[in-house]
Amino acid sequence: MYAFEPTEEQKMLVETINRYASTGLRAKAHEADEAAELPGSLIEKGWELGYLQASIPEVYGGFGERSVVTGALAAEELAWGDLAGALAVMAPGLFATPLLLAGTEEQKVRYIPPVIEAEWQPYTAALLEPFFDFDPNELHSQAVEVDGGYTLSGEKSFVPYAAEAEAMIVYANLGGKTQGFIVPRDTPGLEIGGRQKLMGVNALPLYKVMLKEARIPLENRLGGVDGHDFSPILDAARIAISAMAVGISRAALEYSRDYAKEREVFGVKVAQKQAIAFMLAEMATEIEAIRLLTWEAAWMLDNGKEDASKNAYLAFTGAMDMAMMVTDRAVQILGGHGYIREHPVEMWMRNARGIATFTGLVIV
Amino acid sequence: MIEFEAPKPIAQQSVALTTVAENMMRPVSRYFDEHEHEIPWDYINFMHLAMRSTGAGSLAPKESKKSGDEPKKDRPPIGYQSLAFMLETLAWGDVGMYLVTPGGGLGAAAVEATGTPEQKQKFLARFAAERPTFGAMAMTEPGAGSDTSAIRTTAVLDKRTNEWILNGEKIFVTAGHKSLCESNGFVVVWATIDPTAGRAGMRPFVVEAGTPGVQVTKLEHKMGIRASDTASICMQDARLPFENILGSSSVEEATTKGFKGAMATFDATRPLVAATGLGVARASLELLKELLAQQGVTIRYGLPRQKLTSIERDVIDMEVMLRSAWLLIIKAVWMADNRKHNPLEASMSKVRAGDVVTKITQKAVEIMGPLGYTRDSLLEKWFRDAKITDIYEGTGQINRLIVARNILGYTGRDLR
Repeated sequence: MYAFEPTEEQKMLVETINRYASTGLRAKAHEADEAAELPGSLIEKGWELGYLQASIPEVYGGFGERSVVTGALAAEELAWGDLAGALAVMAPGLFATPLLLAGTEEQKVRYIPPVIEAEWQPYTAALLEPFFDFDPNELHSQAVEVDGGYTLSGEKSFVPYAAEAEAMIVYANLGGKTQGFIVPRDTPGLEIGGRQKLMGVNALPLYKVMLKEARIPLENRLGGVDGHDFSPILDAARIAISAMAVGISRAALEYSRDYAKEREVFGVKVAQKQAIAFMLAEMATEIEAIRLLTWEAAWMLDNGKEDASKNAYLAFTGAMDMAMMVTDRAVQILGGHGYIREHPVEMWMRNARGIATFTGLVIV
Repeated sequence: MIEFEAPKPIAQQSVALTTVAENMMRPVSRYFDEHEHEIPWDYINFMHLAMRSTGAGSLAPKESKKSGDEPKKDRPPIGYQSLAFMLETLAWGDVGMYLVTPGGGLGAAAVEATGTPEQKQKFLARFAAERPTFGAMAMTEPGAGSDTSAIRTTAVLDKRTNEWILNGEKIFVTAGHKSLCESNGFVVVWATIDPTAGRAGMRPFVVEAGTPGVQVTKLEHKMGIRASDTASICMQDARLPFENILGSSSVEEATTKGFKGAMATFDATRPLVAATGLGVARASLELLKELLAQQGVTIRYGLPRQKLTSIERDVIDMEVMLRSAWLLIIKAVWMADNRKHNPLEASMSKVRAGDVVTKITQKAVEIMGPLGYTRDSLLEKWFRDAKITDIYEGTGQINRLIVARNILGYTGRDLR
C-alpha cells in the first residue's frame, strides 16, 4: 500500500521536536551563528527529546527501534529550527548509529550504552576529507593492516566536536573499501587541528583531524576482523542530510511567504505579484517532491528494498539542488532585506550551500 | 504510516498493461504519428474488449458496488492510484494512442463528479456497449482558454418544450470527433445559463452523439499526440433534454457551485494527466539509457557529482526529476482515493510533471544528438508528445496560480 500519513507516535515526536526547534533552536540560531557557539543547555534540551535513545534497542541502553523514516522526520524538524543546532544535537548518533548498524555484539555492548544512557556528550565521526573529489567510497585516508591491528594515515575535515570527543569513528580506505575504526581520544598519532571557520553552520564546532600512522587495535575495527559493509551507513547519512535540506528549505519557504504577505509594493502585497507567487509555488512544489523522494528511499532502507541505496543517492542529489534553489529564492523574495543578517534567510542560504558537502556530518 | 509499496492488484495490472503497450502500441506508434487522423482501431477494439467488463477507461474509478455490503476494512480504496499506474503505462506505450482509449475519458469523469445517480445511470451505461464508445469534455473556446469565465457558449431553457438550447463554439476537444462521429458517445460541454453571472452561471451539459445542430467542424494538426483527435465543435440551436444539465439549473441557488464542480473534476484528473506525461518521460529516459549503453556509456550511481561526466549528471538529474514527480502524483491520487481535499497536491503534481517531462524528453534528444533528432527513433516523437503535458488540463502557469493561492491562503481575487 501507499500511505503518506506518519503514525501517531511519529506525529507526537515531530510535534515535540517542532516545539523545541521553534522556541529553542530557531530562537537562538542568529545569536549562535554570530557568536559561533551553541549554548550547552540548548543542545542538552534537544538531546532530552530522546530521538537517538528511541532508535536504539533496550539491550544497548535505548528504548526503541531504529527507523530511517522516523529519523528523516526528526532530522527535517530539527533542521527547520537550525542546521547547526540540529547537527549538534544529533552528533552522538555519528558514533552510536554506525555501531548499531555494523558493530559486533561486543562493540555494541561496550560502546553504545555510555553514549545513550548519559547526558549529551561529544561523540563523533570523521568521514570528510579536504579534496575536491572527495568520495566516501574511495577515501584518500589509508588503513594498513599491521601486526595485531591497523595504522591509519590521512587527513579529515569538518569533524564535529573532534576536540572534545571521547571517541570517534574514523573512516579510511582499507584495500579499496571504506571501513570504520573506533578511535578513542588519546590514540597516539591522532591529532586534532584547529577549529574550522566556514561559510555557514558557524555555531557548530568543526575540526580538522590528522592521522599520522595512528595505531588501532584489531578489536576496534567496526564489525570486527571481517569488517563491514559501508553502504548502510552512507545511505543513512544521505537520507539524514536530505531530510535536513528539506527542513531548511521549508523554513525558508515559510519565512519568505510570510514576508511577501506583509510587504507592500505598488499598492498590493508582494505576494500578490505573480512573479513572486510563482516562485513560492515552485519552491513549495520542489520541497514536497524531494521530501517524498527522501521518504521513499528511507522506507526502502527500512524494508531492505533492492534499490534503496540508489534511491538514497537520488534523494541526496535532488536535495542539494532543491535546498540551494529554495533558499536562494527566499533571499531574493526579501530583496535587500534578505541580504541583511537580521533576517535568517541569508544564513539559511549559506547553510544550504553546505548540504552538498555535508555527507557524513549526520546520520539517522 | 508512511509506505511506498504498490498494492498487489496494481502490480499485476502493470504487468498486463506493459504487454499491451509493448505489443499493441509501440509497433504502430510511428505509423500513427505520421498518419494523423487515422484511427488505431486494432488498439481501440482490443482495449474495448479487455476493459468492457471492468469499466476502465473512465477517468473516475467505479464506486463500491452495493451500499449494503460491509466495506472490507483492511483494503483501503485504490481506484485513482490504479488509474494513475494504468495511464502511466499506456502513455509509456504511446500517449497519443492512450488518448483514444475507449471509455468515458474526461466526459465520464465530469458526470461521475457532478451527476445525480439517475444521470450516471443514463449516461455512463453506454461505455459497456458492444461497440467502443468515447466521451469528451469541451471547455476551451476560441476566446476562452485558461480564463474559463470568458466562456461565451450559451444555454437557454425553452420553457415550452423544457429543452436547453445551446449556441457556441468549442475548440481543442480531445476525442471530440470519436465521441460524436465515431461512436454513440457524448461531450460534456460547458456553457453559461446566465452570461451576466460569470462563473456562477457556468454549467456542464451532456451533449450526446446525434444531437441535431451539433457539428464537428475541424480536426487540428498538432505538434504531437497525433493519434488523438482534437476537434472543434459548433452548436447552432442544439436542443438537449432538460435532464442533460449536470448540477442545478438555477443561477440563484448555485452561486459558483457549478464551476466548482468542474474544478473538483480537475482535482481528480490533473494528477492522472500528469501521470500520462510521466509515462512518455520514462519511455525517453529508458531508451536514452539503452542507447547510451549500446555506445558504451553506463551511468555510475553513487559517485559524488564532481566525479561524474556531464552525461551522467544529466541522466541522474533526469531520474531525480522523474521519480520525485511520480511520487507527487501518487500522493495526490492517494488523497483522492481517501477522500482528502487535494487541490494543492493535484496542482503541484501537474506543475512538476509539466516541467520535468518537457526537460527530460528534450534532454534525451539533445544528448543523443543526430540519433535523437532523427525520426528513426522515437525520442523526437516523445519530445513532441510530452510538451502537451504542460498545457492541457490547466497550463503550468494556471496550476502555479492554484498552488500559490493555496500556500498563501489567497482567493482568486487576491492573486489574479
